[in-house]
Amino acid sequence: MNLTARDLGLFALMGAVLAMVGMFQSPQLAITILNMSLISAIMALGVNMQWGYAGLFNVGVMGFTAVGGLAVVLIAQPPVPEAWAAGGLGIMLGLMLGVATILAAVAVYKAMSPGKMRGAAIFGVLAVGYLLTSYVFGPAKSAVQAVNPASEGYLGGLNMPVILAWPVGAVFAAGVAWVVGKISLGLRSDYLAIATLGISEIVIAVLKHERWLARGVNNVTGIDRPVARPVELQPLPWVQSLAETLGWSLSQTASVVSGLGYAGLFLIVLGLLIWLAERALNSPWGRMMRAIRDNEVSARAMGKNVTRRHLHIFVLGSAVCGLAGAMMVSMDGQLTPGSYEPLRFTFLIWVMVIVGGSGNNWGAVLGAFVIWFLWVQVEPAGRWFMELVTSGMADGSDLKQHLLSSAAYMRLLTMGVALLLMLRFAPRGLIPER
Amino acid sequence: MEPLNALVSVTNFMLIPAFAYGSQLALGALGITLIYSILRFAHFAHGDTMALGTAAVIGGTFFLQTLGVSIHPLPTALLALPFGMLVLIGYLLITDRLVYRYYRRVKAKPMIFVMASLGVMFVTNGITRLFMGVSETRFEDGERFLFSVRDFREFTGLAEGMALRSSQAITIVTALIVMVVLFWFLNRTRSGKSMRAYSDNEDLALLSGINPERVVIITWAITGMLLVTAGTLYGLDKGFRPFNYFQLLLPMFAAAILGGLGSPVGAIVGAYIVAFAEMGVTYAWRRVFTYLMPEGLEPTSMMQLLPVDYKFAVTFAILVVVLLFRPTGIFKGKVL
Repeated sequence: MNLTARDLGLFALMGAVLAMVGMFQSPQLAITILNMSLISAIMALGVNMQWGYAGLFNVGVMGFTAVGGLAVVLIAQPPVPEAWAAGGLGIMLGLMLGVATILAAVAVYKAMSPGKMRGAAIFGVLAVGYLLTSYVFGPAKSAVQAVNPASEGYLGGLNMPVILAWPVGAVFAAGVAWVVGKISLGLRSDYLAIATLGISEIVIAVLKHERWLARGVNNVTGIDRPVARPVELQPLPWVQSLAETLGWSLSQTASVVSGLGYAGLFLIVLGLLIWLAERALNSPWGRMMRAIRDNEVSARAMGKNVTRRHLHIFVLGSAVCGLAGAMMVSMDGQLTPGSYEPLRFTFLIWVMVIVGGSGNNWGAVLGAFVIWFLWVQVEPAGRWFMELVTSGMADGSDLKQHLLSSAAYMRLLTMGVALLLMLRFAPRGLIPER
Repeated sequence: MEPLNALVSVTNFMLIPAFAYGSQLALGALGITLIYSILRFAHFAHGDTMALGTAAVIGGTFFLQTLGVSIHPLPTALLALPFGMLVLIGYLLITDRLVYRYYRRVKAKPMIFVMASLGVMFVTNGITRLFMGVSETRFEDGERFLFSVRDFREFTGLAEGMALRSSQAITIVTALIVMVVLFWFLNRTRSGKSMRAYSDNEDLALLSGINPERVVIITWAITGMLLVTAGTLYGLDKGFRPFNYFQLLLPMFAAAILGGLGSPVGAIVGAYIVAFAEMGVTYAWRRVFTYLMPEGLEPTSMMQLLPVDYKFAVTFAILVVVLLFRPTGIFKGKVL
């Protein structure tokens, strides 16, 4: 892997900063930052595949991570038999009818010649399909949601090992990406951006609203975790002896050990992905992708099917984002659709890629670490800054109160400024593409 | 069978709100289309810039209110509009100077511009939230209704009522005035003509002595005015929350693409189509059909095609249909 001494130095510096957080703030915080950085690094890898390899602008990272997160619920949660009995069949039938309607409309579109008749026929098919679907789906949905709504009210999942949800999350995201890419690739490059922006909002709206699917805004909590929880670790003798040797409290040791378990898992996934991505990038396929990115016209003249290649890389990159989304949900042990915000899950990832160095996988990883670290640490820094600014003001004044309470928004400002400065003065990022 | 009541009901709950919403969208979409045809990139900071301009207007409104200035029955915010416009135009010109001008000079790819506008979006969003926080701010004052449900019922004697909120009336009237002025400017004035020439063919425009920087400045200035007007009207109508303004980005883009990017008429038509589709699909038609159907056949369900939470899905569906079947939009925008 072609890392220069400077790149290694940057990574070492980042590691040292994290170690300092562990020493001076708290080890738990350092581990939390590390884990979230690793997940962000995977998301950034996905975005980097799309942007760095192919120049595709995906503004829907949030949607793909959320779809990945949904996979965790559908795979790992136990099924709710009462809900299945109440309306499982109806929901499945309704979904199938919905898909059949769309397929029928497509078939009509293909079979008939253009004209008013075709439009009317398609409209008719859609209208009948809609009525049928809602006739079957509506009552089933209400029935499912009425089953023990305080803790269930949804169909539940397949009760399978949670690790399995990671690849499934990737597949889910890939499926959504395929549909979006099929529609908007091959047109103007900004259309993809707008389409992905739209689909990510819709994914979140579906997650929030369809309570039969994953309880919507009521959240699914207590999902199985791939690593033992701190509470389960505490009684183990080796954890207790470790706590004694380190001189930490038992709960602190347990949570650090648990966090390190996740870090290990995430590192394996990240390492595997980087290895694959680097291999791909330096293969004939990678050269072709870069050729397309750098000059679409001449690549097309060489006989490359640009749109198809774009679709491939878009689906691949989104799948990686979905994988990261699934990992995040399984680390938190809960799916909270209300917490998905585009600024946090889409645009922050973009800042990571640009700051790290678009086109370079290691750059994306480093960017993820640096930006996530700043994201976590800027808020206290902002509060400190605001306290400094307002220290001269009278206590209890409205302005002081307002400034102190708005310190949280310093983050957005800092991130935006970081993005703009990098884009202007160091567009190749911390670790440039080679 | 009471068709008149049905008509009143649908006007009250769907047509008037959709028309007002469409007018707000139209002003925003016009800005998108203008930036697109002159600066040639998709301006992602549009929604947040709109929020910042509205925040300035709200600041001006509160200041005027403390001075006791009012133009009752109209909302004070209208008086603060010029102040908001000045602030926002200043802000846009500064960002152009600091951010976009460099990329114009090096002739960067359109995607780099979009990326830069993403950065501007972040910063703008942060600034707006610094001033306004994230919670809802209401700044509507003045008369609330042009005529209320009660007035209407007493006047017509119908069972179904209809109200016209003054914010809605102001929105529609203001939007119409702004559109007329804009088209007059684009078609009749020297600056407007140079803008259209520049958007049509950059090189030819340069050869005929049009100063590109001047065109760019005028574009930002017009966009700023459109954004402040649109944002203030939206805020008067529905209250000010920064996140809602960010979310307006999708319908505004959908409107501009539907009409054909680069076509001002298209942006307006597109905006009304998007607004009416959003409202029509998420509106519960039960009441209307209760009046329309013969007795005994009244609908029992809500007759709502999609829940309100999915109004973005409607916008998106429109976008998808346009991209699939007519990527240049209704009015044949410039580029595919």
